[in-house]
Amino acid sequence: MINIDTVVENGVATLKLRGDVDASSSIDLDNAISNTKNAGHKKILIDAVELNYISSAGLGVFMSYIKDFEKEGIKLVLFGLNEKVLNVFTMLGLDQLLSIASNEADAQKLINA
Amino acid sequence: MASGKALSRISLTVAILSWLALVFSDLTVLFSSNTKVVTGIAEEVPFIFRSIYFLALFFFFKYRIEKAESVNFVDLLWRVFVTGLLTTVFSLSLKSIDLIIGSLGQNIFVLNTFYLINLGLASAFVISTFLVWKRLILYQKSKLLMRGWQVFEYGLFFSIIFVFLPDGLMYQIYGITLSILVILGVVLSVNMKWVAYLNFKQKWKSILLLFLILLYMGYFYINITGFEENETLLSLHHNTVLLNAMFIFIFVYSLLSVLVILFNLPTSSVFEQKLGEVVSYQRLSQSIQTETSEEKVYEILLDSAISTVFADAGWLELSQNGKSKSEDDASKDSPYSPYQDHLVYFKYEIEDTDISEIKQILKKNKIRGVFDFNSTDRAVNYSKFLSSLKHSNFKSILVFPLQVQDATIGALVLLKDVSDGFNKEMAEIAHNFVNQAGISIENFRLLTSALENERYREELKIAKKVQNSLLPSLLHSNTDFDIVAFSKAADEVGGDYYDSYQVDENRINLVIGDVSGKGTSAAFNMSQMKGVFHSLSQMDLKATDFFAYANKALSSCLEKTSFITASYFIIDKKKRRVEFARAGHTPTLYYHRDRDQTEFYENKGLGLGILRDDNYPNYLEEAFVDYKSGDVMVLYTDGITEAANFKNEEYGYDKLKTMLEIHKNKTAKEISELIIDDLYTFVGDTNVNDDYTLLVLKFK
Repeated sequence: MINIDTVVENGVATLKLRGDVDASSSIDLDNAISNTKNAGHKKILIDAVELNYISSAGLGVFMSYIKDFEKEGIKLVLFGLNEKVLNVFTMLGLDQLLSIASNEADAQKLINA
Repeated sequence: MASGKALSRISLTVAILSWLALVFSDLTVLFSSNTKVVTGIAEEVPFIFRSIYFLALFFFFKYRIEKAESVNFVDLLWRVFVTGLLTTVFSLSLKSIDLIIGSLGQNIFVLNTFYLINLGLASAFVISTFLVWKRLILYQKSKLLMRGWQVFEYGLFFSIIFVFLPDGLMYQIYGITLSILVILGVVLSVNMKWVAYLNFKQKWKSILLLFLILLYMGYFYINITGFEENETLLSLHHNTVLLNAMFIFIFVYSLLSVLVILFNLPTSSVFEQKLGEVVSYQRLSQSIQTETSEEKVYEILLDSAISTVFADAGWLELSQNGKSKSEDDASKDSPYSPYQDHLVYFKYEIEDTDISEIKQILKKNKIRGVFDFNSTDRAVNYSKFLSSLKHSNFKSILVFPLQVQDATIGALVLLKDVSDGFNKEMAEIAHNFVNQAGISIENFRLLTSALENERYREELKIAKKVQNSLLPSLLHSNTDFDIVAFSKAADEVGGDYYDSYQVDENRINLVIGDVSGKGTSAAFNMSQMKGVFHSLSQMDLKATDFFAYANKALSSCLEKTSFITASYFIIDKKKRRVEFARAGHTPTLYYHRDRDQTEFYENKGLGLGILRDDNYPNYLEEAFVDYKSGDVMVLYTDGITEAANFKNEEYGYDKLKTMLEIHKNKTAKEISELIIDDLYTFVGDTNVNDDYTLLVLKFK
């Protein structure tokens, strides 16, 4: 189960993820990102402080947006990933393609750069 | 059946023979009484033959009519009509011959013969009609009715022997017996249940047939009594109780039937309607088993409702989600609302414009109840669903919600072109239909989902078979190393893959991979990976180039959110070196014998299919290790490191590394077994919900 709250502040849309992203809840994550994108936001922050687990399906969601975001000039920054989750991202090599910050302040800096 | 047929034939033969005997004996008696010539035939003989004739006719028609398979009442009446027609025509043609011959009619023998022929025909008609009437009366029989009928029938049989009584006694009890039998017959005539089962058209037919039957009866009555007025001329002057009683009974029953049918005519449409409802119900409930789509159920619902309440037009509207087979999670179903867009319509004699007009009118006038299904009270107030309407074509409306599993998925709307066109009874019928349809659809959906689950399970079985066939039964090895593989797929089909390829006498390529996702698509992607591995292995590529080509090949066929992680190894016996690259796969665990050190090779890498352009190779890093004797290389999938116990703790990298450090000096097989044992002990009874794949290489 995943709980996603979207907050828009100073032109930055923050998606706060709480829970696990598995095969079934990855659909919710996909919808949330897609909605934010369709709403015309160009700066998207993913708050993963309370994200416990992410499966390959969840990684697939992030992966599927990389190309689109690059093309449309949308910035996406993740922050607050716990060790386990971060390890999953880095092992797959996604850390090379996605901006991952350790905390919110760094993430804000990265996205407004 | 054959014996029944034989009996009917025998009885017919007996009837004909006894009638001939009757004519012969009667004429002989007549002759002897006129000429005083003693013929030796007693006066009673003709009566005996007449009684036998009656009995034989009775049995003949009993077999013909009671065994007739058709229970159609009009058919039965038709039989009587035809018998009557044949006998009357025959009798009339005799009469015309009589008229032509003229003078012969005064001859006592000719007169007697004519009388006997007429008597024979009349009794055939009467007895056959009697038996048909019996069948009509005993339709829906009760014990009491059966008793009453038996008494009546035995009484009639008994009356046959009356003719053998002395004249004085016979005349004394004749009147009493006849009136008892007639009263009994009239009482039995009250049973007319069959009339109710005739439809309007059949009723008219029956009236016509009964009327004609009455005509024949009148004819025969006049004919026979005409003969019997000349009592002195006839030898068989004794009127029989049997024929008279039957005659009166048949007449009374025919007359009553005509009247009852006549009075029933105006109400027959109601009965037909009720019958129609029952049939429609049946169709609805049967449609669950036989129809292949929900659409058919909706069509039947609309048809049945329209025809049973005599609506002029109507429609059935459904929310799109309601119509879909709800295989996705039900929570996504948006509730039905009559004013939402994208409703699915089933229409009867109505245009889209009319539908939207009617809805506008309802909305504008805020007609309560109609289309307002939110109240949850169980008690149904039918007037709630009825309303009058100010529309150019339709003046009254009847709306019912269609509910499946307590959720409203649509509405049935029926219209009439007169105001107050629907009454509460009609509303009740329509409501019953809608409920029945709701149950049908619910059952239909349950059945469909059960079938889908079954199909899914079958698919998984096939996918699992495919997956197993993709993994090699034996990996290549050479004199430099031993290799052991362990792979266990979860209940669901996973996507773990490993394989080897002998390039030349010195080099062996090895791959381990994990396809994202589960089920058939994972198995399918795995087979693509196998194809890629086997074709690219022949090209003698560097490990990073292997992945560059593989990424290109797989990018075009993987779904947007699917990817594959893999590690690729080239084991070169000549150089005693392993060259490898990692495409997002779990880092390779390696034990160096010379420095007694265990480490994870976390060289840079990116999963296959994540970046689908030419930049992909930039994210890869090639690594190599020069192996020494006693070195151990452990390859695995994330199923092992992510295997969780009941506390939701993961097995993790550290445990794996520690296990290798402890057992580094054992053989490849032993190391593999010990790690797997340790893993299972850690996980405990928790269900295996991922694939475990472990490859152990020990260099010599």
